[in-house]
Amino acid sequence: MSNQEPLFEQLGGAAAVDAAVDIFYRKVLSDDRINGFFDGVDMDKQAGKQKAFLTMAFGGPHNYTGLDMRRGHAHLVERGLNDSHFDAVIENLAATLKELGVKDELIARVAAIAESTRDDVLGR
Amino acid sequence: MTVIRYNDQLIQLDAEQSVLDALNSHGASIPFSCRSGICQTCLMQAQESSPPAEAQQGLKDSLKLQNYFLACVCYPHTDLSVTRPPDTNPHQALITATVKQLNLLNDEIMQVVLDCQKPFDYRAGQFINLYLDPTISRSYSLASVPQQDRYLHLHVRRLPDGRVSNWIHQTLKISDEVAISNALGNCFYTTGRAEQNLLLIGTGSGLGPLYGIIRDALNQGHRGKIYLFHGSRELAGLYLQQTLDQLSEQYSNFHYLPCISGQETANGYAKGRADNVAFQQIADLKNWRVFLCGHPEMVNSAKRKAFLVGASMQDIYLDAFHVKPV
Repeated sequence: MSNQEPLFEQLGGAAAVDAAVDIFYRKVLSDDRINGFFDGVDMDKQAGKQKAFLTMAFGGPHNYTGLDMRRGHAHLVERGLNDSHFDAVIENLAATLKELGVKDELIARVAAIAESTRDDVLGR
Repeated sequence: MTVIRYNDQLIQLDAEQSVLDALNSHGASIPFSCRSGICQTCLMQAQESSPPAEAQQGLKDSLKLQNYFLACVCYPHTDLSVTRPPDTNPHQALITATVKQLNLLNDEIMQVVLDCQKPFDYRAGQFINLYLDPTISRSYSLASVPQQDRYLHLHVRRLPDGRVSNWIHQTLKISDEVAISNALGNCFYTTGRAEQNLLLIGTGSGLGPLYGIIRDALNQGHRGKIYLFHGSRELAGLYLQQTLDQLSEQYSNFHYLPCISGQETANGYAKGRADNVAFQQIADLKNWRVFLCGHPEMVNSAKRKAFLVGASMQDIYLDAFHVKPV
């Protein structure tokens, strides 16, 4: 267990989110398993949402609730969003952090936070 | 006590209260989403004075320069006058301009030269709305550069059923007066990072804003490479070739390649769509700044492509020419 700084500070705070967001979004858009869900979306707005998601997963300050997650993804669930797609996003998230040289132990903690949104995102 | 002015309303900011919360608690209904300074839904613009730097984090440089900020993370200690982005404000004041010249640049593109009676603040590459009458207007991008050109220059392509473009091509005369809006949009060159390479892709009259941006960048001493790919279906759809060739002789860091996507071929022209040619020639856009102007389909697909091959989202500037239904 790490007992020193909070996760968000250990990862490097807002600067780490800035460094991660382009890499993460690029991976998501290049991933044929999930990029169909992003066809026709406004890329700037979407990048903003990716950034908000990363901030939350990094343990940073955010105001998203489970209800926001449900509302935000309901139209995608209707289009068939399921566990396999959620897994792909988590995979891209872990690969992004790996690329940035983040330690495995911290990656696991980020993945666990992201994982906690699974049921809300998938509307269960 | 800090006071926020919004739409002639004066609103006192409570301690620890954001501009977003203050305005909305007084019935302003500013849209928002993340409330964390991230999603940019609550983008606003400060008038006259600059907003706090913390409220501008993560914005494009061209937005920062225009005093845009995120209301949800804006905690000013001095009074601030704020507005919604002008692009969303239909009630902007109009400006009168006189037509100085009308020059046909090719079969379908007219250069309109306008003289504003009052000083007109703009940056090359921004756009204005030009009014045919008080209810009908179209957006046209600025090809002129404030430091170099005395007048405003627009490149107006005549569309088959275009009400305003046909009026400009057929009816408008020298010395006529027209009504225009303030300069809008954030597709323009910003100083700093003078070594950064620039990629500019335009189709049709999308060359207009790019021509302004390129001259602005060169004039401001940009040292990185500047690549311009201008595309049209036919040779006749291209224009300014000689001027651009001369510019590339004058500046060793400026490169110009006209592209033809139709059947024709000619010496000195690349075959194919301008965006495809550009991405074939420049495979990695990491640390590049990218400007995309013209056909919306080209702009959107090239934006995605530029991002996927390494350009940062904040370094991609767009001016998509949406055609309004008649």
